[in-house]
Order: sequence, then structure tokens, then C-alpha cells
Amino acid sequence: MNQVLDREPLSDAAGSEELQGQPKRSFYKRNESLILGGSAVVLTLAIWQAFWSTGKISPLFFSGPSAIAARFWDSAAHGQLLSDLRYSGINFAIGFALASVAGVVMGVIVGWYRRVDMLFGPFLTALYSTPRVAMVPLIIIWFGIGMWSKVFIVFLSAFFPVLVNTIGGIRAIDNDLLRAARAYCASDWQIFTTVAVPGAVPFILTGLRQGVSLGLIGVVVGEMFGGSQGIGFMVAYGGQTFATDTLFVGVIIIAFAGIVLTAGAERLERHFSRWRPER
Amino acid sequence: MVKLAIDRLTKRYWRDSREVLALSDVTLSVEDGEFMAIVGPSGCGKTTMLNIVAGLLPYDQGTVAIDGKRVAGPGIDRAVVFQHSSLLPWRTIAGNIRYGMELQKRFDKAAMQERCDHFIKLVGLNGFERHFPSELSGGMQQRVNLARALAADPKVLLMDEPFAALDAQTREFMQSELLKIWSEARKTVLFITHQINEAIYLADRVVVMSARPGCVKDVFRIPFGRPRTLHLKRDPKFLEIEDAIWQLVEEKPERIGMVV
Repeated sequence: MNQVLDREPLSDAAGSEELQGQPKRSFYKRNESLILGGSAVVLTLAIWQAFWSTGKISPLFFSGPSAIAARFWDSAAHGQLLSDLRYSGINFAIGFALASVAGVVMGVIVGWYRRVDMLFGPFLTALYSTPRVAMVPLIIIWFGIGMWSKVFIVFLSAFFPVLVNTIGGIRAIDNDLLRAARAYCASDWQIFTTVAVPGAVPFILTGLRQGVSLGLIGVVVGEMFGGSQGIGFMVAYGGQTFATDTLFVGVIIIAFAGIVLTAGAERLERHFSRWRPER
Repeated sequence: MVKLAIDRLTKRYWRDSREVLALSDVTLSVEDGEFMAIVGPSGCGKTTMLNIVAGLLPYDQGTVAIDGKRVAGPGIDRAVVFQHSSLLPWRTIAGNIRYGMELQKRFDKAAMQERCDHFIKLVGLNGFERHFPSELSGGMQQRVNLARALAADPKVLLMDEPFAALDAQTREFMQSELLKIWSEARKTVLFITHQINEAIYLADRVVVMSARPGCVKDVFRIPFGRPRTLHLKRDPKFLEIEDAIWQLVEEKPERIGMVV
């Protein structure tokens, strides 16, 4: 998946002009990773289905592709799947959006002003080192078992990677650029807007990408602990009632969301880092 | 007419709780429109001096003045071409050339665009406006660096070993390009280098500095007319001056050996 995406911008930029001079590569060569990866997935599913079809595997312990697909359609058409998905999606979106804004704003302030860093440093380090999952029960006590406890868990999970990377990005200011800006009479504000912030953008995007994956963990864990809705709840409920196929549907949806969101974040990251020499 | 006057400039700094005399009693004056080069071994304080003139470093004693006005901090009357091109990597070439002008807010948008176009052409980079610095070679990056400085329209151009990081061939080429550009832009130039033949080839006068403490040893007036070509470097008279400067610099080889 990653490999396929990695090549896209390169072929966009160079493919049209430079590759024309070369002999055209075969269809297989051009799509090698897609073909090999796709066949591996199809083969795995086929073998899995074959074993499942023998009927020797207890549906309490495991499930098969056909059963999972059937469960998926069933719960999408008649069950709670879509409303669960919407519930989790909204919790994630609100929590992640708040975390991004707060993380970038605080990161810029803490990174720019040494004294603010000295003041808040101990708290940030302590919170950053605490596994956020350990705080879930406390958060549920504070926010109840409704959606806001989930939003807050997502927020807390995604906030720190964004914050820490933003601080690092602001701090990583290039001394040569600083000297050049000063020589051209730049004010502190001009240095901040023309050197510090643009230099921090790739770091911030890295933070957002890490925040996406941690926020996803946050929403799932939050729904598992308390509440009666969402994909996390669906997985936990499936586990408690030995509905293994439901459990698999949930896990696959979570995995898929992770792949899509991370790929989106990576794309954004690459777009804003195109001036960087390492590519 | 004197453009840049440095009078009994002294600069001390602390390193490992020991006081180091970086510059001692340096007196120099650069005429309007003159190209002055400063050579000296590493540690002779020539970059320190340039930083002081640029307003990037404070100084203790003496005065540095441009058009009779004392230098206290960076100003729009000076622009620096750095050894490392120090271009903003996320800005295009055109954006980088505009950068100095944008910071100084002296020109309106249309004037900035016009100046940007003019200096991009002058340094021979038209067509590269939308490229990013990482797509350019070291020599091309230094052209951008130079264009950025010229576009800011300084009275004095300060150049801090701008070609030191380039390979020998690119370096020679850039030297002759610089002379061409300078003959059109006609700025007062203070050019720091550790390459003696570069200094002679480019400058009207060459100041030789010695190290520890940094002070002026001698000033050579270069008698060649302009325009100059690279053949000049093989001229017997050129070699004679080069030799004379070499001997001056080599007088304390053990000291130079210590700092190199």
C-alpha cells in the first residue's frame, strides 16, 4: 500500500517528460507491486475460506471471509453498523480536530518562548510519558460514558504527538537562515512567520500523522471501556458474546480506517514537504 | 568619497573563560564604488569584522560608519552574501530573491516584482523562477544569494567567502561572473576570502590581515584595469603580487598551522 502511494508523486513529476524517452515498460513491470500484493491478498483469503468451508473450525473461536462478509452486509443493512460508524467517526473527528489545533498552537508557543517551556515542561513530560489508556477510567469518571469522554480520549491521544513534533519543528530553526533574516533587518515577528513556522510545517504534519493513529486507538479504547455505541463497543460486545464474525467486522473496519487516514496524512505530508531535498 | 569607514575597531570575546582578542585596532576605509577584498588565514577575524559591519555582532571599541553614520545593528544600506547560500528551502528562487526586499519593506509589490525579474536575469537564472533551491547546484544557489542581496539595493555589499564551498572550476566561473555583474550593479563591495588569487583577481585593493590578534598587515593596490579576464591570473605581474601576499601571510607559519 505504502509503496504504491510512494511512487505516485514521482511519476507525476518526472513520468510525463523524462520517461517518454525510454522504451515503454510492460504492463506487469509498471504495476508489479500492485499485482504481487493483490495476488497475495487474494490467495490468503482463498486459503482461509477453504479451511473455513471444511466446517471444522468452531465459529466461536474464528470466522471465515464469507461469514464476515455476510455479517457485514447484514449489520450494514439491518443493524447498527452505520450508526456505530457515524458515532465513532464523529467522536474521532471532533477529538482530532481539537487536538490538532491545540497541539499546533501550544507547540508553537512552547517552542518559541523558552520560559513557557520551563513553566509547562514538567507537566507536559509527565503527561506525555503516561500511557493515555491508563487515564481512561478517570476520564470516564469526569466526562461520563457519553460521547464527550470518547472525544476527550481521542483529544488526549492525538494532542501529544502533534504538540511534541510542533515544538521540535519550531526549535529546529536553521541558524544560517536566522542569520540571513537578521542581516536583512527582520523583526522577531518576521523571523517567526518567515523562518520558524514554515520550517516547522513538515514536523507538524508528521505530528498529525502520528496523531491520527494514536487518536484511532483512543476512540476504540474509549468505546470499549464505557458506552453502548461505536465500532469499539461493537468489537468489545462481539467479544463478550462470542460473536466472532461481528468482532472481525469491527477489527477490519478499524484497520481500514487506519490505512485510509494514515495514507491521507502521508499524502498531505509529502505535498507540503516537496521542497525538501530528500526525495 | 569614503563609503565605509572602519576606525580603530577592536573586538574581544570570551571562549572557555579566556578572553580572546579577535580584532585589534583595525582601520580601513572603502571608497564609494570600490571593490575591496580582505584575505588572511583562518582565525584572523575577517568574518568577525564582516559580521560587525553587517550589524550582526556588537563591538567594543572604535567605530564602523557608512556615509559617516555609525553602524548599530543591521540596516537597509547593507546586504550580505553568505558563504552558505542560506536560502529558504520552501521558497522558490523568485521568492528567495524577493525575501530581503519583503523583510525591509522598502519597495511596493510591483517594484519588487520588477527588481526580482531584473536581478534574476542579471545573475543568469531566468527560467528558474519557480524552482526550489534544492533543485539548484551550489553555484546557482550562490547566484540566488547574490541576486537577493543586490535586489535589496544596498549601498555596501558584504560578501563572506561566497565561493568557498564551490569546486575549483565553478569557483573560477563565478568569479568572472561576479565581475560582470558588479560592473553593471556598481556597488561598494567588501569581499572576504582566504584565497589570495581570488582577492587579487576581483578587487581594486586587497587588505592582508594576520591572526591572533586580527589586525591589518598591509594593503595592496591592484593595478589592473577592467574588464578583467581569467587570463589575468597567469600574468607575471599578477603572480608577483600573489607571491608578495603569500610571503606576508606565511610569516608566522607555526601560528597559522595552529589554527588551521
